[in-house]
Amino acid sequence: MNHALFVTAAYVVSALALLGLGAWILLDQRARQKEMADLEAAGVKRRSERKARRDAAS
Amino acid sequence: MSDAATQTTRLADLANPTRFLDLSGKVLPWLGAIALIVTAIGLAMGFAAPEDYQQGSTVRIMYIHVPFAWISMMCYMVMAVAALGTLVWKHPLADVSLKAAAPIGAVFTALALATGSIWGRPMWGTWWVWDGRLTSVFVLFLMYLGLIALTRALDDPARSARAAAIVTLVGVINIPIIKFSVEWWNTLHQPASVMRLDGPTIHSSLLWPLLISALGFSLLFFTFHIMAMRAEIWRRRVSVMRRMMAKRADRDAAT
Repeated sequence: MNHALFVTAAYVVSALALLGLGAWILLDQRARQKEMADLEAAGVKRRSERKARRDAAS
Repeated sequence: MSDAATQTTRLADLANPTRFLDLSGKVLPWLGAIALIVTAIGLAMGFAAPEDYQQGSTVRIMYIHVPFAWISMMCYMVMAVAALGTLVWKHPLADVSLKAAAPIGAVFTALALATGSIWGRPMWGTWWVWDGRLTSVFVLFLMYLGLIALTRALDDPARSARAAAIVTLVGVINIPIIKFSVEWWNTLHQPASVMRLDGPTIHSSLLWPLLISALGFSLLFFTFHIMAMRAEIWRRRVSVMRRMMAKRADRDAAT
């Protein structure tokens, strides 16, 4: 069988898997950031943020 | 302040997830760009290099297969160090690092197995054999899957962190088994030709492209790992904020 076919197959499989992995991580980041933004818009603050704000105000 | 004290402060700074998010946000675009450029240079050099006199063009699979196999083990060692960080120093980012690395390690291990299989078919005449090297790497892949499940099994990350760290450390035994499998047992897989005490046995025209590709893919691994750690930190913050919102709703309902 043609060797070039095996080489191409190995590179295509690798490229697809790595692109997929990168895309999955990016989508995960986006989704989590959106959740944080929604919660902040609803007025939820993390304890450290509230403390930072108090410190800045005093 | 004494030098030792400054050092401790600096380490404590890095342990702070907010500081980590700031720093990694600045470093990531550069790291990602350098990773892509170095990988592209390494692979281009691989395709410009002469073909192997026995293997012909299939030797080009080496420039991806070998880096993937190295990274599959390096990722596990990163997770083992993170496990120590959880158990010994209780570093707040250690468990985040372990959990974020597991799926990336699984993908690189799967790719090492897949590209090896595609290389084995024309060179060995078979896609797969259950010999020492292939089986021990397959076990590594299963361990990654187990750790992915374990780190995501419990709602409270503090509880799963300890369990995942202990399992990870027990699994480290597999790494030397993978490394020496080609010497201990009869196998179709060739013995080490780069990481040898007496120096590499590959001709430099093939060795340099291999090392540069390996560096590029390693940088890509760390880019993915830091990105996944950031997502994990945000995931934990969201769950803390949700809990606070629920508590506030309880309080409001009580009054």
